Amino acid sequence: MKEYTYTEKKDTRSGFGDGLLEVGRQNPNVVGLCADLTGSLKMGAFQKEFPERFFQVGIAEANMIGLAAGMTVGGKIPYTGTFANFSTGRVYDQIRQSVAYSGKNVKICASHAGLTLGEDGATHQILEDIGMMKMLPGMTVINPCDYNQTKAATIAIAEHEGPVYLRFGRPSVPVFTPADQKFEIGKAVMLNEGTDVTIIATGHLVWKAILAGKILEEKGISAEIINIHTIKPLDAEAVLKSVAKTGCMVTAEEHNRIGGLGDSVAQALATAKPAPQEYVAVNDSFGESGTPDELMEKYGLTENNIVAAAEHAISRK
Amino acid sequence: MNPHNLSIEELKQTAAQVRRDIVRMVHAVNSGHPGGSLGCTDYFVSLYFRVMDYSTDFTMDGEGEDLFFLSNGHISPVWYSVLARAGFFDVKELATFRKLDSRLQGHPTTHEGLPGVRIASGSLGQGLSAAVGAAQAKKLNKDNKLVYVLMGDGELEEGQIWEAAMYAAHHKVDNLIATVDRNGQQIDGSTEEVMDLGNLRAKFEAFGWHVLEADGNNFEMLLPALDDAKAATGKGKPVLILMDTEMGFGVDFMMGSHKWHGIAPNDEQLEIALQQLAVDSASDY
Ligand SMILES: Cc1ncc(C[n+]2csc(CCOP(=O)(O)OP(=O)(O)O)c2C)c(N)n1
Ligand SMILES: [Mg+2]
Repeated sequence: MKEYTYTEKKDTRSGFGDGLLEVGRQNPNVVGLCADLTGSLKMGAFQKEFPERFFQVGIAEANMIGLAAGMTVGGKIPYTGTFANFSTGRVYDQIRQSVAYSGKNVKICASHAGLTLGEDGATHQILEDIGMMKMLPGMTVINPCDYNQTKAATIAIAEHEGPVYLRFGRPSVPVFTPADQKFEIGKAVMLNEGTDVTIIATGHLVWKAILAGKILEEKGISAEIINIHTIKPLDAEAVLKSVAKTGCMVTAEEHNRIGGLGDSVAQALATAKPAPQEYVAVNDSFGESGTPDELMEKYGLTENNIVAAAEHAISRK
Repeated sequence: MNPHNLSIEELKQTAAQVRRDIVRMVHAVNSGHPGGSLGCTDYFVSLYFRVMDYSTDFTMDGEGEDLFFLSNGHISPVWYSVLARAGFFDVKELATFRKLDSRLQGHPTTHEGLPGVRIASGSLGQGLSAAVGAAQAKKLNKDNKLVYVLMGDGELEEGQIWEAAMYAAHHKVDNLIATVDRNGQQIDGSTEEVMDLGNLRAKFEAFGWHVLEADGNNFEMLLPALDDAKAATGKGKPVLILMDTEMGFGVDFMMGSHKWHGIAPNDEQLEIALQQLAVDSASDY
């Protein structure tokens, strides 16, 4: 198993904030919009350096999406910032009609996604956002795994013409991807080559997949681990190539098992070459209040859950 | 009849106890929203210990009772404390706030079945619609009790509030008393800096509401205003109270800015806060 280490933990939302500042410096068309969560989204540095390109919208997410869509008409590249729940479910039709169907170049940047938002509870912990967003024709859906990758993704999406949903989170997590990585939308990242089972993970579950890979190795199981930061368009080629070698698959995500990464991978497999697949995901329920670690444990999103799923997938070959 | 019907002196003592609960609850889990909770304590205590007619044997439909909805769900600590102290559940349960497997979720929910809560809130802007709907259901049921709802002032930036406001006037929903917690603060700063709300009285009046103003941190002023609001119901218009409060009221270092909207005091700050929130005979959970 390839060795992965980290020297610090950071929140992915800070990767977004720092990436936004950098892309703001590179590209004068980048504008930021925020709905009364500037601190939580780490957009303060951008606001400070580019006050004339930052728009405080107040607590009015539907308006924010509409404003962003309008600004693209003048050639601007709007990055909207609020929590994942208020970035998607709250404004689904505004995104659907004014952004996706209208083909507008809006970057919907969503923090505090999933269970790891913690104590605020289920009203804020969206577990359905990947599904909602990936169902929209033309939408790109990205869920990076650590600070560096989130920063790189934030910068890269400015170069992509079209709507993007960029999903990140609240807690501090290990920073293990290289700081100088190039972020390629739609290109899976091979973390470890293996032969017995493929583990495809996204977001916060990527680090847990690495931990699971080590445990599996001690058990004599060789896991191939892939970081799939882009859920749509899915790198189906990477998925199929890996499963052709390992013969089975585990998907891991901080999302409902319905409609997320797992279903995208299952569709890729079923329509090409079916193989046993196990899901590590929330089992069709809402979340609740608790610490991030407690919640990941209770809802079955730990490295041990990935290990158990891998063993089960292998047994079904 | 209100099951407690406390005197002003008793209301003050209860409010101090509730404020103690609030700071202890958010301190215990190092998360939650003390600012708005402390500011709205006197309002909640007035409703549950004097003004509203209800039973602590909670039923979802609340037939023949006044109902309360909290739209700005982040101030759950004050509501939970008041519900417990009013008799809906044991005050010991306040110790489970925001912890795993608790009925006292970060934001109020019906999902875990907490008595007193009739709809989930936390995602802002939705509570007025629900309250208007419940008020209309009361009318259909020939139930002449009232529906109360509290909203934040920052929350008024959500468009759905104004959809509900227009609807309530159009449909003459006059068994409804909505209150705005006008503390002038939200997350990113003052409402004036973030999104100027302008003249709220004129806006709601233009939408067809009967509008009153009240001092929300002074029982001598608040109770008569709540009486006036009640007297204004049944006259063809929904009733709104613009209630001036101070975010963090009662704890000096939490007052005067938006900073304590959603952070918890540390050990030392908790001690200072509890000293400032003295009660004759504290009965902390
Ligand atoms: C739809 C929605 N958008 C954003 C948030 C995040 N949020 C929680 S409280 C808050 C500020 C609310 O301001 P106000 O209503 O004035 O409450 P106060 O800060 O005075 O307690 C925001 C933006 C939310 N909970 N719901
Ligand atoms: Mg306010």
